[in-house]
Amino acid sequence: MSQSEAAEPSAPSTVTPGMEKVFTRSPLLGTNTHSLCPGCGEPNAVRVLMENIEEMGERENTVCVLGIGCYTAFAALMDVDCQQAMHGRAPAQATGLKRVLPDRLVFTLQGDGDMITEGIQEVIHAAARGEKITAICLNNAAFGETGGHMTATSVIGQRTKSTLEGRTPERHGYPIRLPEMLMGFEGVAYLARGTVHTPAGVKKTKKLLRAALETQRRGLGFSLVEVVTMCPTGWFVTPGEGPKFQQENLLPVFPVGELKRPRSLTV
Amino acid sequence: MAKSAGTVLIDVERCKGCELCIPVCPPKVLEMSVAVNAIGFRYPELSDGCTGCELCAEICPDYCFEVFRTTKPSAADDVAPEVRA
Amino acid sequence: MSVVKQVETAGAGAAPGAPRAFLEGGHALAEGAIQAGCRFYCGYPMTPSTEVLEYMARRMPQVGGVCINVEAEIEGINMVWGATGGGVRSMIASTTNGMSLMQESMSEMVLGRVPAVIVNMGRGQGDYFQCTRGGGHGSHRMIVLAPGSAQEAVDTAYRAFHLAEKWRHPVLIYGDFMLSHTSETVSFAPPPDTLDPLPAKTWVTDGARGRKPRLLTSLGMRLKEDASAGAPAEIGPGGGHGGTDTTRPMRDTVARHREIAAVETRVETAWLDDAKMVITAFGIVGRFARYAAKLAREEGMKVGYVRPYTLVPFPYETYADVGSRGIPVAVFENNAGQMVQDVRLGVEGRAPVHFIGEISMDGSGFGVGPKIDALHVLEKIREVYPRRNAA
Repeated sequence: MSQSEAAEPSAPSTVTPGMEKVFTRSPLLGTNTHSLCPGCGEPNAVRVLMENIEEMGERENTVCVLGIGCYTAFAALMDVDCQQAMHGRAPAQATGLKRVLPDRLVFTLQGDGDMITEGIQEVIHAAARGEKITAICLNNAAFGETGGHMTATSVIGQRTKSTLEGRTPERHGYPIRLPEMLMGFEGVAYLARGTVHTPAGVKKTKKLLRAALETQRRGLGFSLVEVVTMCPTGWFVTPGEGPKFQQENLLPVFPVGELKRPRSLTV
Repeated sequence: MAKSAGTVLIDVERCKGCELCIPVCPPKVLEMSVAVNAIGFRYPELSDGCTGCELCAEICPDYCFEVFRTTKPSAADDVAPEVRA
Repeated sequence: MSVVKQVETAGAGAAPGAPRAFLEGGHALAEGAIQAGCRFYCGYPMTPSTEVLEYMARRMPQVGGVCINVEAEIEGINMVWGATGGGVRSMIASTTNGMSLMQESMSEMVLGRVPAVIVNMGRGQGDYFQCTRGGGHGSHRMIVLAPGSAQEAVDTAYRAFHLAEKWRHPVLIYGDFMLSHTSETVSFAPPPDTLDPLPAKTWVTDGARGRKPRLLTSLGMRLKEDASAGAPAEIGPGGGHGGTDTTRPMRDTVARHREIAAVETRVETAWLDDAKMVITAFGIVGRFARYAAKLAREEGMKVGYVRPYTLVPFPYETYADVGSRGIPVAVFENNAGQMVQDVRLGVEGRAPVHFIGEISMDGSGFGVGPKIDALHVLEKIREVYPRRNAA
């Protein structure tokens, strides 16, 4: 079949009088494309994150500290100041920045390999100190960027390039549920987990991220949102199978919902 | 008169052919093309019946969709003002 | 050919009228940093850098700054990265093993051009390799300054922040137990060489107010200069790390080091004109070597003295001059032979180089031992002083 150079919109794609635009990409995402895999869930989380920043009017106040993973490339997409951090270290780096510029909106963007595997010390101590940052974990239960290896959140039975027969408790231990772990920390004000495997999940994730950012904006303490994202490449499934794999294998281990919320928060 | 209550504009050159939009569309008006775009992926094509529900736009990881929806007219809007109760 | 600048004898000269205090070296360095505008400090208690943390814990809140006793050195160095990236002068002091822990981020802060100040109040002088070759990865080198007295530690604090921002390059201050714990009268005034205007901080990520966003990164990612308003541009063809030129920061670092070496090399020298042998040492140990050289002169030995103040850039030219005159060099350091390698590189085989140092620590392993003593150094000088009849 011939390759189209600039495909013609089909006739039904006609905006008729009386129609208004109800959805468009946030200007904070710019016009660039990204090279993340087809069916990756991370861009969905980043999109709703940027929509929140735009709706809160915080573009000029925001600094994002990115860890190391596929998502590091989003520094080219997000129309906010960014710092890149070493693997696992973003919560410490964000702490330094927030402590000297307390009126800025400072959040980390990390994967599960970055935050929960390499950098669990950093996020635990930032949470314990109640640092007024928002830590955002894109959890796909794998080291995606290196090709699909076990992390601290890979689930039992999950086959990766370092757990070829599937993760087993005897050889590889159990996955870590980070938001659950931080529940008892007095300095932690907001904890939630979202999913982006369905449109409803994406919309709910947007609300969770908004609540976390509002928690920071009101100076209420440490906030963390873990977003479960599809990684068909790391899971060795097709892009179309990603949402089903997520629903059947990850979400039973990582249940979605708000775990902790400041009483005074009304968003 | 519009056949569909809504429509989407699809930036097909951004599409990576993940096909996540196809099953989430409630009226099932998205179908993957036969042709491929400049980066070699097939992309969704729209047929009649779009309701402008935005679910495709929510799930698309490459931000391909812009969604339009008819502002909900009441039947009275079609009636001349002097006839309205 | 670079211009090698002379420094004053360690301990000489207080600026007239400047505020003075009697402080141990670690406290003096900390106060110097405060006076230089440092407003973010991290530390982790570890002998002999602990006192810097203690001083900052008391002093930083007084000036509206932040002092954090971190739970790990690795957290500390990254907090300093974040705070420096926010445009605030930031510093961390650690010791030897703690420096080893921080090497990844230190390496990347060179590549990412994060101009922080890092202090190693070390155990002995065995971290010379770590400081100058780098215990880290990649082509990085920091600018490394080795103060020899509490006053020089104060001056070095001002100078470190100045050089860091002048070159947009991290600076490492290398001291030891004796420097940290020896009390001397110090005065606080910015050294004249730190008064030049600094370049504007166009790399600070403190929120994109009325401007395009910035990216502070060590990975070679770069936002295109011609990004349209409000839209940051691609990282590179293919996006992500693909197409990113990760080797560019390394090559830039190497090029920048040549520029730095051309103008920032500093060394203390004495009695070189008629020297028949030169003794060389760095840090506070240099004062023992200098005193031993003075005693040697009183015995009729024509001994010269060289003390590098900048370990990076190293004053190879000074040793090349000495070597070209056939003058042997005796290297005294509190380790098993580290700076001696750089001395040999400078001398380039044209004269003998003797290593007369050794590892000399106290029982705790933190401090200095009995061989750090002018009379001992004098004895070693006698052993290697050339015995041929001079013309």
